[in-house]
Amino acid sequence: MRSATTESRSIRALLIAIALLWLALIILLPLLAVFTQALDKGLGTFWAAIVEPDALAAIRLTLLTAIIVVPVNCVFGMCAAWAIAKHDFRGRDLLTTLIDLPFSVSPVVAGLMFVLLFGANGWFGPWLIAHGVRIMFAVPAIVIATAFVTFPYVARELIPLMSAQGKAEEEAALTLGAGFFQTFWHVTLPNIRWGLLYGVLLTNARAMGEFGAVSVVSGHIRGLTNTMPLHVEVLYNEYNFVGAFAVASLLALLALVTLAAKSLLEWRHRDSIAATGH
Amino acid sequence: MTTAPALLAPAGAGGRVGRRGLFRRRAAMPGLGLTLGVTLMWLGLLVLLPIVAVFVRSLGLGPAHFAQVAFSPRALAAYRLSFGSALAAAAINGVFGLLIAWVLVRYRFPGRRLASALVDLPFALPTAVAGIALTAIYANTGIVGGPLATIGIKLAYNPSGVVLALIFIGLPFVVRTVEPVLADLGQDIEEAAATLGASRLAVFRRVLLPEILPALLTGFALAFARGVGEYGSVIFIAGNMPYKSEIAPLLIVTQLEQFDYEGATAIAAVMLVVSFAMLAVINLIQARERKWRDG
Repeated sequence: MRSATTESRSIRALLIAIALLWLALIILLPLLAVFTQALDKGLGTFWAAIVEPDALAAIRLTLLTAIIVVPVNCVFGMCAAWAIAKHDFRGRDLLTTLIDLPFSVSPVVAGLMFVLLFGANGWFGPWLIAHGVRIMFAVPAIVIATAFVTFPYVARELIPLMSAQGKAEEEAALTLGAGFFQTFWHVTLPNIRWGLLYGVLLTNARAMGEFGAVSVVSGHIRGLTNTMPLHVEVLYNEYNFVGAFAVASLLALLALVTLAAKSLLEWRHRDSIAATGH
Repeated sequence: MTTAPALLAPAGAGGRVGRRGLFRRRAAMPGLGLTLGVTLMWLGLLVLLPIVAVFVRSLGLGPAHFAQVAFSPRALAAYRLSFGSALAAAAINGVFGLLIAWVLVRYRFPGRRLASALVDLPFALPTAVAGIALTAIYANTGIVGGPLATIGIKLAYNPSGVVLALIFIGLPFVVRTVEPVLADLGQDIEEAAATLGASRLAVFRRVLLPEILPALLTGFALAFARGVGEYGSVIFIAGNMPYKSEIAPLLIVTQLEQFDYEGATAIAAVMLVVSFAMLAVINLIQARERKWRDG
């Protein structure tokens, strides 16, 4: 019975071999290269590249950006998901599509947009200069550009999850006299906490790793407006490969931790959906 | 079964899950005004206003001047490279992504979970890191690039480097879009076809492929859309020679560095229009697929 819908042993082995070889060439080798190149000149050189002042400043800026952007987009994502998943209104599908827009905009174009708004020749540039507010080539522009590219992650994780969960539990709470915030805090939030964490993980990974959009708006001022990915580029272009790969290895480590946490969540997440659903 | 997480794949997932209607008659949920207000404000300020700025500034150039800077020979060469290599990479990812999804869903073998986790790496790895890592492997001094160079194949610092970077970036889009569809596919029609005497290859071509084609197309389109705008992973491996290996996003950056805001804005507007067209196409494929599945 089973043999009618599968391939012969040799074909299976061949297909598996091709798939694994491709994954090794395209993904595994580059990943390993990050770490071998970082440790190429020994642990001492690696460590020196990370505790060097400009690298530390880049790490601090990257963390600062993530600490601002992740909670803001988290709140927004929860609002959007509540509005879209728990209500019917005209233009709902359009709104869902608009929320996804940042995914289809090139990061460089995203950066350029904010130059057009906040740059010296931009719409708000002259006003900002007259009032001594510095956004462009400074931390605020980096935060704004990062917020743009990570805009959809939490919302698009929560919208399907909250739609699938329906409104029955919330309606029960409301009938019993709970208010909006009470209902959200005690009923909705516990149901979506794993999905929310998942969205936060993805937002954080992208926020810390964003390159194109931040590159356009940062101005590349060493020790001041270089995030970790930008610092990697600077070191790389100076032929300081060990330094570049050392900082890059921290980012790769972040990616690995994100993936591990994501796999763990997907595993639990699936359970929690199965419990509420079918 | 409705929520295999569509991961970072743009568009669609929200609509697919909506099994509404059951409680529609009940009293309205609270908080719509507040949450919708916050959503619209944040969306308007952070996303829509900047996008509008690009188009308004482009219109301000006037049609003749816009065409001159948006379609200059150097810009045209950059579009050709960006679109051409994104297309090539998406096609290659279509083939290998389908193969990998198939192997992951249908076969059990040691290391399957690790392989599956690896597929997601391009989603999580910062693009600049991917760029320098791919260059380290595939440049003439790299462990794969070195042997290839001795037989005359150069993968880095030319357009093939661009394709290589975009293959890395796009692979998970295809695998993760095709995978849930493959997993949901009941084996009964396959069995029926096999019982009626169809060969395995015929079953794949005539029975399986039509079923997974919409998902495959979606994955292809997502990989293509992502590839067209990709910057970080490409610039380290591309060589970045104007007219030869300069992608459109890099040309925007170069023009911004030379304070040529008009040129940069015009090219950005062209890329935005293409992105939105791609988004519309992806939505269309998914809407059709949904309609066909539901009814």
